[in-house]
Amino acid sequence: MTDAGADAADGTEPAAAAESGTQISATSVADAVDDLSGEGLSGYNYAYLDEHTKREVRRAILKGIAIPGHQVPFASRPMPLARGWGTGGIQASLSLLGPDDAFKVIDQGSDESVNAANVRRLAETTAEVETTTDTTEADVIQTRHRIPEEVLDEDQILVLQVPITDALRKVDSSDAANRRRHAHANYGKMWVHLYENVVEWGEIQIAARYPAMVAGRYLMDPSPIPRWDLPKLDDADNLFVFAAGREARIYAVPPHTDVEPLAFEDKSFQVERFPDQSCHSCGSTDTYLTEIETEEGTESDGGDRLYVCNDTSFCLKRQDDPGLAKDHHLDREGVDWGPGTPGGPAGADRDELAEGDGGDDA
Amino acid sequence: MTLLDASDLRRVYGDSCGDCVELTGDAAGTNQCPECGAVVACADVSLDVEPGEVLGIVGESGSGKSSVAELLALERATDGQASGDVRLDGHDGNLLDADYETRHRLRNGAVGLVHQHVRDGLNLEFTGGGNVAEKLLAAGWRNFGDVRDRVRDLFEETEVPVERMDDPTETYSGGMQRRVQIARALATDPDVVILDEPTTGLDVSVQARVLDMFRRIQREEDVAAVVVSHDLGVVRLLADRTLVMRHGRVVETGLTDRVMEDPHHEYTQTLINSVI
Repeated sequence: MTDAGADAADGTEPAAAAESGTQISATSVADAVDDLSGEGLSGYNYAYLDEHTKREVRRAILKGIAIPGHQVPFASRPMPLARGWGTGGIQASLSLLGPDDAFKVIDQGSDESVNAANVRRLAETTAEVETTTDTTEADVIQTRHRIPEEVLDEDQILVLQVPITDALRKVDSSDAANRRRHAHANYGKMWVHLYENVVEWGEIQIAARYPAMVAGRYLMDPSPIPRWDLPKLDDADNLFVFAAGREARIYAVPPHTDVEPLAFEDKSFQVERFPDQSCHSCGSTDTYLTEIETEEGTESDGGDRLYVCNDTSFCLKRQDDPGLAKDHHLDREGVDWGPGTPGGPAGADRDELAEGDGGDDA
Repeated sequence: MTLLDASDLRRVYGDSCGDCVELTGDAAGTNQCPECGAVVACADVSLDVEPGEVLGIVGESGSGKSSVAELLALERATDGQASGDVRLDGHDGNLLDADYETRHRLRNGAVGLVHQHVRDGLNLEFTGGGNVAEKLLAAGWRNFGDVRDRVRDLFEETEVPVERMDDPTETYSGGMQRRVQIARALATDPDVVILDEPTTGLDVSVQARVLDMFRRIQREEDVAAVVVSHDLGVVRLLADRTLVMRHGRVVETGLTDRVMEDPHHEYTQTLINSVI
């Protein structure tokens, strides 16, 4: 990184720097950078954040666990990336991680996105943790907008990055009014939103950020996970921590908490449907699929309409072992985790699951 | 058995000097305290409503009618100090002292309010049907088909065109908005409905239809009502008994026919004589 800078800067005298307050004796930018980086990472506290900050974040998480679904304010420090890019998630992850932990970061199902790779590297260099792409091996998983396909267990924590903390903001932009609504469990306005949704579309058309009641008390924005992932929050073995850096709020869904998507008795909550589709790479029919562009372009450009698993790490495992169950690593069998958990012939029962069990699970 | 029993209703806006109530009222000829400038919107107001009865409250602008209506409807005080005692048959204690959740539950169930200003009562961005549905959904209705049927029935009952129920409320005419408010107030089969100026701002023919409609529903459903209006005609048409208010006090009360034909208080006489 310094090579290019050094080439460009070589030969120019650092006269301006010498005249100003800071004395830099080096003759090139490269030397100056070398001088400055003398202290290196040792100048930082373990896991980047100072201990007081980490303690405050942990307290917010504990309070969030004590009041499931309630948004707890925290200080939200500036982080070495822009707010809205996962700063809340990083603060929660770095406050939770210890040197013996394995850390996984996924960005919309992918371990290899630039943002995921950078967040992972930050944890690697500052918290000295192992990193992994294997969901089953990770102790803490930070994720943007997906919950892994493989079932999480009671020793794992999923940290979700949250752009918008309040589900009610969709129906009223006033946070003060919405806080009052949460205090009084007054969610009539959100229900009218659902009512008008059904009037307009014949079913509830909310693609992501589907509002859910937590423990029968607080209405929660589950972050922009697809509806597919929402049933996984209900009665799960693991802890979910939701962290929003920009809005400085943390909330949580503790293990074995009821999470119920808002829906009418006769207009049930439905997960995404992928009729007659399977993953182009591994052939799975019970995973959340995303459409990809082929070399010929999309379907409208004359290319093929191709779907692949959104969860790349599980897709790679399925490519080696097509029959691998989502709960293959657990002692128990038939663990309920979201829609389409294996149990029937692949593909045959998914529409059924999407129509029926998706609602029942919730 | 009295359905709604209110006593000593009082609402004061501004910092009170403590003697405001004594220094204002009908005898003093003002509702603003000469000592401290606080406005006594209403004081010493007591009333009761029997099941199925319609009580009228008349008086000029600023006589405290709406303040009484808000207290009766258990609306949250946004400013000023309110006191008094409101009791509803089947519910324990003074409902003005009840916590927010209890009042919220009552407002979505036993007590309905038609606001004077449409914007206070309806969310104009919602559809007309959504506004009525909100009341049902807040009261715990969770079956879309049931909600839909009930909203449709209420629209038919209040004579709002059913084919307009999925249009935004802001596209409705003034008369339709008023009807939607009445439909909303009646949605959860309340014991008592409070109507604050139900016909203000409507032209005469629409006024007549809204009043006819309300009188019919009120008799069919046998719901008790408190009708607040500056318009003697409205109260004469709807109310069994009438309260006359001036400067924040009740100056006369009696059967509507008696008050209209044989007004005792000087102000009531002027009021009735001044009807155009």
